[in-house]
Amino acid sequence: MAQIIVVTSGKGGVGKTTSSAAIATGLALKGHKTVVIDFDIGLRNLDLIMGCERRVVYDFVNVINGEANLNQALIKDKRCDKLFVLPASQTRDKDALTKEGVGKVLEDLSKDFDYILCDSPAGIETGAMMALYFADTAIVTTNPEVSSVRDSDRILGMLQSRSRRAEQSLEPVKEYLLLTRYAPTRVKTGEMLSVEDVQEILAIPLLGVIPESQSVLKASNSGVPVIVDQQSDAGQAYADAVARLLGEDVPLRFVAEEKKGLLKRIFGS
Amino acid sequence: MQNAVLELKGSSFTLSVLHINSKDLDRLLTELDAKLAQAPQFFVNAPLVLNLAKLADDLPDLAALKQALHQRNLFVVGLTGIDSAKADIAAKLQLPLMKSGKDSKNTPAKAVVPARSTKIVKQNVRSGQQIYAANADLIVFGAVSNGAEVIADGSIHVYGTLRGKAMAGAQGDNHAVIIAKTLSAELVSIAGNYWLSDSIQEHTNGSGACVRLDGESLIIESLPL
Ligand SMILES: Nc1ncnc2c1ncn2[C@@H]1O[C@H](COP(=O)(O)OP(=O)(O)O)[C@@H](O)[C@H]1O
Ligand SMILES: [Mg+2]
Repeated sequence: MAQIIVVTSGKGGVGKTTSSAAIATGLALKGHKTVVIDFDIGLRNLDLIMGCERRVVYDFVNVINGEANLNQALIKDKRCDKLFVLPASQTRDKDALTKEGVGKVLEDLSKDFDYILCDSPAGIETGAMMALYFADTAIVTTNPEVSSVRDSDRILGMLQSRSRRAEQSLEPVKEYLLLTRYAPTRVKTGEMLSVEDVQEILAIPLLGVIPESQSVLKASNSGVPVIVDQQSDAGQAYADAVARLLGEDVPLRFVAEEKKGLLKRIFGS
Repeated sequence: MQNAVLELKGSSFTLSVLHINSKDLDRLLTELDAKLAQAPQFFVNAPLVLNLAKLADDLPDLAALKQALHQRNLFVVGLTGIDSAKADIAAKLQLPLMKSGKDSKNTPAKAVVPARSTKIVKQNVRSGQQIYAANADLIVFGAVSNGAEVIADGSIHVYGTLRGKAMAGAQGDNHAVIIAKTLSAELVSIAGNYWLSDSIQEHTNGSGACVRLDGESLIIESLPL
């Protein structure tokens, strides 16, 4: 039985797709058979970040509607044979996702995979609800600013009340905080909330802190999940988060301001 | 800015309820006059609620009864004990249909408030969630987020940070209190008397606090929690 993980946030543009791609790749690189599903029907971009956009023939909605089977729609990653992508449809509308349809696809995937990652769209409409409904674990992706924290809080409420686990009174969804686009210098000046501030408000365990980094844009432009770039700070931070997801105890990195060199301190930057 | 000339507040009043157990107007009035003779002062200008629960469909001439009561300086202010399907009866008399907590349970009405129960929430109340403890105190073992609402007919206890809205005494009980381990609320209200975050901040140091009603105005006392 696969573990179903939703990467969610409420707010858009916080790094859900970036994180879904990185964490799915990280799990696969550690030897776990993993599939990552794009739930953002109509605005698909997981396939771009994963660098497989030109190999999309069939999509998630085709499978739900019975127009293609899973084997036809799953795209095997170029770099890692344990990793698969189930892309979203670019053309159809969000109502194509039904509870029965999504449930059936996840059930079929569960037989074959260790991890199923669901890349949620923004908002609290059908698409986002479908992405979180079947989850065993939620990675609540949050930027260190008030509106993002508020939306994450809202999503945590949904996980507590509207998920399958809540409806069937099963063990609750495991919730983790992933703080992304973190810029320690801007925390220091008070422009951003600190890790502690966000944790205080959301009160869920911290999976990782991903620094704001040029390497993310570079990676997505070249269609390679940033976790593959183990020279980069963001890549290393995602690797740490994956290790924690697998139960390892890894110290936090990239949360303190980088020390400026002596010359920079004297002459400014 | 102009001062508001209106203010809407919830309050609770003790009202006498007259239970009508017969449709025979003459018998009703004879018995009433005997009662009034026993304690004439007590009933002068008293507001009364008529309870018709015992009568089902067989009602006396209510307009005549209302008139007769008025002549005895008793003022009918509402009807109770009839279901809302028969609201037109009340409408004809130009009286509101009133519901007391007791009606719904069909217990014999006495002039005592039913014992309150307690609702416990063992997790954080998140933004967008609303919790209502009907006829109960509400206890939250966790925080109440910005954008969340906790409401109780009784008191509210939050053993975490209260950042959202808290409304105690929602049916007008002005003895209700709000207690929070850390008070940093968007709004607190007791029996309809409320403060927004600015006023709350003026009266707290962000530690444990108890909000209660002192006469007409709210006060916040700090608590070592
Ligand atoms: N750690 C980061 N550092 C810099 N830019 C980032 C980071 N994470 C995400 N981004 C950028 O933010 C934008 C939104 O990211 P995306 O993953 O598409 O968010 P979402 O899926 O939540 O809408 C993208 O342009 C992405 O490159
Ligand atoms: Mg996205």
